[in-house]
Amino acid sequence: MATDRTYDAIIVGGGHNGLVNGAYLAKTGLKTLIIERRHLVGGAAITEELHPGFLFTTFSYALSLLRPDIIQELELVKHGFKPLLMESTFAPMHDGNYLLLGQDHQANIAEIRRHSKHDADAYAQYSHDVNRVCRAIKPLLDNIPPDITSRDPEELIRMATLAQHMRDLEPAVLHNAVRLLTGSAADFLDDYFDSEILKATLASSGIIGTKVGPMSQGSGLVLLYHKMGEHDGDQSSWAFHKGGNGGFTQVLARAFESYGGEISLESPVATVITSNGRARGVALEDGTEFKADIVVSALDPRRTFLELVDPGELPSDLVENISRFRFQGTSAKVNFALDGLPKYPALGNRGDQFRGFTNIGPTMDYLERAFDDAKYGWYSKQPYIDACFQSTIDPDMAPPGKHVMSGFIQYAPYDLKGSDWDTERETFGDTVQAVLESHFPGFGDLVLHREVVTPLDIERVVGLSEGNIFGGEFLAPQMFFFRPAPGWNQYRTPIEGYYQCGSGTHPGGCVMGAPGKLAAAQILKDQQHS
Amino acid sequence: MVRYTAFHDRTKALNTTELWSHWAGYLAADRYQLSEKFEYFAIRNSAGMFDTSPLYKYRIQGSDAETFLAGLLTRNIRKCRPGNAQYTIWCDDNGFIIEDGVIIRLSETEFLLSTAEPNLAYFEDRIGRLQVIIEDISDDVAALAVQGPRSKTILTELIPDVAGLGYFQSTEAKIGDAPVVISRTGFTGDLGYEIWVKNDHGLAVWDAVAQAGERYGMLPFGTTALLMARIEAGLALIDVDFSSSRYAWTDADRTTPLELGLEWMVRDIGDDDRPFVGRRALLREMVAGSRWKLTGLLIDWRNWFEVYDRNGLVPPKDHLPNGSESILYDATDQPVGYATSLMYSPMVQRHIAIARVQPELVAPGNQLNMEVTINHTWQQVKAQTTRMPFYNPPHKTA
Repeated sequence: MATDRTYDAIIVGGGHNGLVNGAYLAKTGLKTLIIERRHLVGGAAITEELHPGFLFTTFSYALSLLRPDIIQELELVKHGFKPLLMESTFAPMHDGNYLLLGQDHQANIAEIRRHSKHDADAYAQYSHDVNRVCRAIKPLLDNIPPDITSRDPEELIRMATLAQHMRDLEPAVLHNAVRLLTGSAADFLDDYFDSEILKATLASSGIIGTKVGPMSQGSGLVLLYHKMGEHDGDQSSWAFHKGGNGGFTQVLARAFESYGGEISLESPVATVITSNGRARGVALEDGTEFKADIVVSALDPRRTFLELVDPGELPSDLVENISRFRFQGTSAKVNFALDGLPKYPALGNRGDQFRGFTNIGPTMDYLERAFDDAKYGWYSKQPYIDACFQSTIDPDMAPPGKHVMSGFIQYAPYDLKGSDWDTERETFGDTVQAVLESHFPGFGDLVLHREVVTPLDIERVVGLSEGNIFGGEFLAPQMFFFRPAPGWNQYRTPIEGYYQCGSGTHPGGCVMGAPGKLAAAQILKDQQHS
Repeated sequence: MVRYTAFHDRTKALNTTELWSHWAGYLAADRYQLSEKFEYFAIRNSAGMFDTSPLYKYRIQGSDAETFLAGLLTRNIRKCRPGNAQYTIWCDDNGFIIEDGVIIRLSETEFLLSTAEPNLAYFEDRIGRLQVIIEDISDDVAALAVQGPRSKTILTELIPDVAGLGYFQSTEAKIGDAPVVISRTGFTGDLGYEIWVKNDHGLAVWDAVAQAGERYGMLPFGTTALLMARIEAGLALIDVDFSSSRYAWTDADRTTPLELGLEWMVRDIGDDDRPFVGRRALLREMVAGSRWKLTGLLIDWRNWFEVYDRNGLVPPKDHLPNGSESILYDATDQPVGYATSLMYSPMVQRHIAIARVQPELVAPGNQLNMEVTINHTWQQVKAQTTRMPFYNPPHKTA
């Protein structure tokens, strides 16, 4: 049944990029509607009370690469933006030893020297080298990438500007960028370090969310991408938002609404309505129609191009590119409600090591073997775990004295050979818990509640195809010029007025907001020209 | 010789960094752990405890105590009833600030004043014929600040009356066997309390508070975190934002309350006939105008980025307070003020500073340029005047 509800812009999907996109559009005065399938906005950035009194960042679990200009331009502080420091990285080892890095540079040097005297200054050099590459690359994250297929003068200027930018880089910075963008994390780290625990801890950034091992070519790109974040100017440092990532997306929703934006919850979209090659609005599954000349998909490329519209309306090369766009989610979450903090024997009764990231993946071989299992279609027998005890940072996440633990797990491939995730869910949870028990004796006795989130659950609940947390793999053929497809990396689609703004567009995934922002810039620019 | 506060047995064990400052002759922890910022977040997000014992503490009592203080303090102490506290200052005859402090009125005839610098001689010289005894109890009384959104919940477990204590109210109570005075005061701009206790009960009180706070994520915090919080709270600090007129060499180094944003303290001066020190000078200044006015300064985030980026640098966002002065310029490059206490505020997500500007520029929203030193050159970044406090959560006064 048609309604008379007409908007200037409609965004399909209330994930963080949909919210950012909507807020930028609404801020310019466009009457904007965000349509969300679930009962809350946030997409994969939500906080839920999965056990009474315990708040879980069910899916994504840290404020990672959020672009600082978005905080300012959308006035997020006014709406409750509150990023809290994640103090440290704690990496337990098999032999009971550990690596604990924090905010104090001198203390970090002393800690690294416990493992390797050589690595003390190598670590400072590594950090500096990577930060310099990040500074060189960041402008690429904040701008619409050139369309490599276009001969339009504006695009040629963009290409020339990019070339100029690269040419202006110091040769060492450019070379380090290429080493990272094309090589493996393991090779890059081997060039700096001796210490296995240090290398493995740093290498974990090179595998997160992606079906590569640290020794795979391409893991360098993933590592570099994860270093693009900052917390209060601290390069490559991440934060935890008050109330979790759900707290953050609620801030975005308040900003959006303050600009006059509207949100429609529990409204699954069936299709984008088109006529004569242009978008006219959307139809919900229940038949309700909303009209708008601008429709933006905040969903992943598969849903944007193959599900929300009829692929028959699209050029066949685009359809082919999207059909082979790789998702292959390989990450899972196991979240725990705990009766108290676990103990690490070597640290006695200390608990301060848990005020950041706890990184279980003590050697490069451990990580690579965990990947090996995934290559052959099964989850890791000894998985890599990135754990966060958010209640140590934000005590409001759990009842007094109790704690929540968010466990990011790899590898857990979407396609299991010879079984399925509904069958394996709890066995997988047991596997993860056994690794935690082996590092933190007595861990199991603390568990009040356990929630296993498989790639299948991510797909079912959040809607991310194959459970890929980045809305599509971070592989060179799927980045920058080619995200999500050559010729369609500027947030437009072949259907006039139909745009894309999800993590499957440039720059990509993580709680970053850049796709949402850049898509809004493109939409507003097109509006001026139309 | 450096002295130890009554809490030292605990603070020493907790201070894993072994970083200490000397404060009024006492050891004071800079920070207890590797990250002062984590301690700061405890203040803003859960609760923190701070050993504020090195403050000078004076017990002022006698039948003329109110009269004495009314003639000494710039703010009208007669409006401070027993069970209340005031942030106050005292000036010299020229209306320049000597110092500031917090005064708690324990009864009609008894007050407790805490200050950063020693003041006994100055106070005693002004007693004259009045029936007043001033006792320096600095070395006998310890002070423990408990600050942050969860401080009320934590302290209510020990002292149920805390739940009903309003902003700048105080009460006498007991923690275990220890008699204490507790005031809803602090230097963080957050919900918070200060507990005043005799030294011999100090450790017992520290332990009781620490135990009550453990489940709520409370942490001990050092002076660095305190000094971050106080800038966000817009609270001026002696020897950083202003100097005591007693020890200044020139008037350029002196500040009046009207210049330091404390007009509100003397707003009722018209219907208050107290002959307090500095009164006539302040009345003159109200007519003639002030040299400066205090304002908050918000640094333009985009311009901060651009200026550093242009210089090939990653724009610093340093949460550590920078106490050195930066000159402020108007659009015609004329110097029109100076900023003190610059920092990157995690709560505001901007660089903020406490500044003095020419009176006509004090309205919020005025565009100025602040001098910064980059790559050994003087450069300017855009900044805008704003009201303080920069961070003012509803729970501070609720």
